[in-house]
Amino acid sequence: MISINGLSKVFGSNVALKEINLEVKKGEFIALLGPNGAGKTTLIKIISTLVSPTSGSITIDDYDIKEAPIEVRKRVGVISHETYLYDDLTACENLQFYGKMYQVDDLDERISTVISDVGLSRRSDDIVRTFSRGMKQRLSIARAILHDPSILLLDEPYTGLDPHAAATFDGILEQLNLMDKTVMMTTHMINQGLEMGDRVAILNRGEITCDMPKNQIRDEAHFKSIYEQCVGVEL
Amino acid sequence: MRHCLNIAWKDLKTEFRTKQMLNSMLLFALLVVIIFSFAFGPYPENIDQLAPGMLWVAFTFAGMLGLSRSFASEKENGCLDGLKLCPVDRSDIYVGKVMSNTVLMFIMVMVTVPVFIVLFDYSIPDPLRLIFVIVLGTLGFVFVGTLLSALTVNVRARELLLPVILFPVILPVIISAVLATGEVLSGINDIWAEVRILGTYGAIFFIVSLLIFEYVIED
Repeated sequence: MISINGLSKVFGSNVALKEINLEVKKGEFIALLGPNGAGKTTLIKIISTLVSPTSGSITIDDYDIKEAPIEVRKRVGVISHETYLYDDLTACENLQFYGKMYQVDDLDERISTVISDVGLSRRSDDIVRTFSRGMKQRLSIARAILHDPSILLLDEPYTGLDPHAAATFDGILEQLNLMDKTVMMTTHMINQGLEMGDRVAILNRGEITCDMPKNQIRDEAHFKSIYEQCVGVEL
Repeated sequence: MRHCLNIAWKDLKTEFRTKQMLNSMLLFALLVVIIFSFAFGPYPENIDQLAPGMLWVAFTFAGMLGLSRSFASEKENGCLDGLKLCPVDRSDIYVGKVMSNTVLMFIMVMVTVPVFIVLFDYSIPDPLRLIFVIVLGTLGFVFVGTLLSALTVNVRARELLLPVILFPVILPVIISAVLATGEVLSGINDIWAEVRILGTYGAIFFIVSLLIFEYVIED
C-alpha cells in the first residue's frame, strides 16, 4: 500500500509537487497521467527514495520513506525509461549483481525464472549492449521483479519502444502475476494508461487534478474530455 | 561488506572486459615516465630528487583519468539510480567504489614503477618502505578522489571540474607522499612525520566520506 500525505517538492524556485494526497491500496493499479513537466517522475523518484520530499510524508506498507528507506527499497521495484542495466555485463551478470544487492534467496533459480518470464532465456549470456531497446526494457522488468517487490513503480516505461516492443512489454506485464502487487504507472499515453490501470489520476503542474476509478470512465473520448479540462490543452 | 565487494566485483568485471579506464591510465602513466626519461636522460645525477615528483605526477594524473570515469560510467542507462534503489546503506556504494578504484590504481602503480626502474636504471634502497608510502598515498588519493568524483557526477563539465577541485584538496597527500618517497629513495629512515599526515588525512576523509556520501549522491 502507498500512502501519500501532503507531499510537496520544491527545486529552487520551481514547485514540482504541491500538497499531494494519494492512497493506493494493495493490489491496485493506478495510472498517473499528465503532460511533460507535471511532476510524474518526481513523484515516482520520491516514492522510490531517490529524491527527498520538501514536506509531507509517504508510507510504503507502513514504512515511512524517510525513517526506513532501506525497508521501503526492499518492497519497491522500479521500471523506468532508463533501464538501470550495465551495457558491458551479460543479462545474467546484471541480474546476479542486482540479486546480490537485494539479497535474493536461491538467486540462480530466481534468475532463470524471471529471465524466462521475460522471454530472454536464450540471450542470458549475451552482453546487454547487443540487445535492442525492447529487449533491454524486458530485461529491465526482470531486474525490477527479481526481488519480488510488493510495489511496482513504472515511470514512462514505453519511452523509446516501437509499437511491437510496447505490445510485447504489455504482454509480459499481463502474463506476470501482478494481481497481488500494487502498481503505479506514469505515462503521457492516455490509451495505455486507461488499458492498464484500475484507477486513473491526472497530475498537472504538481497537483492531482483528477482521480477516478476506471469503471467511471465511459470510453477514451470521455476521458480525453476530462483530461483536456484538467490540463487545459486540447488533445 | 558483502555489498561493497559486490559493487567492486561488478566494476572490475566491467573494467577488465572493456579496459576503458585501465588502458588510459596505464598509457598516460607510462608516457609521463618515458617523457621524463627523455628529458633527463637515462642516468640523471639528481635522480633521487627527481624521482618522487616524477612518480607522483604519473600516479595522480593517471589516477585522475580513472576517478573521473568511476561514477560517470554509472550515469549510463541511469545505473546510479539503480544502485541507489538497492536496499543497502549508501556508504556501501562509496566503499565499493573505493575498492575498485584502489585495485585499478595499484595495477597502474605496479606497471609504472618497474618501467621507471628500468628506464632510469634505478635501484630502490628499501622497496618495502616505498611500497608502504605508495599504498598510503594511493589510499588517501582514492578516498578523496572517489568522494569528489561522486560530487561532480551530475555536473556537465565533470572531467574539467574534478581536477580543479581535487588537486587543492589532496595537496597535503601529494606533498607528504612526495616527501616520504624522496626520503625513502634517499635512504632516510625517519619518514613518520609524513606517514602520520598521510594516515590521518586518509582516515579523516574516509570517515567523513562515509558520513556524507548519502547527501553527496542525492539528486
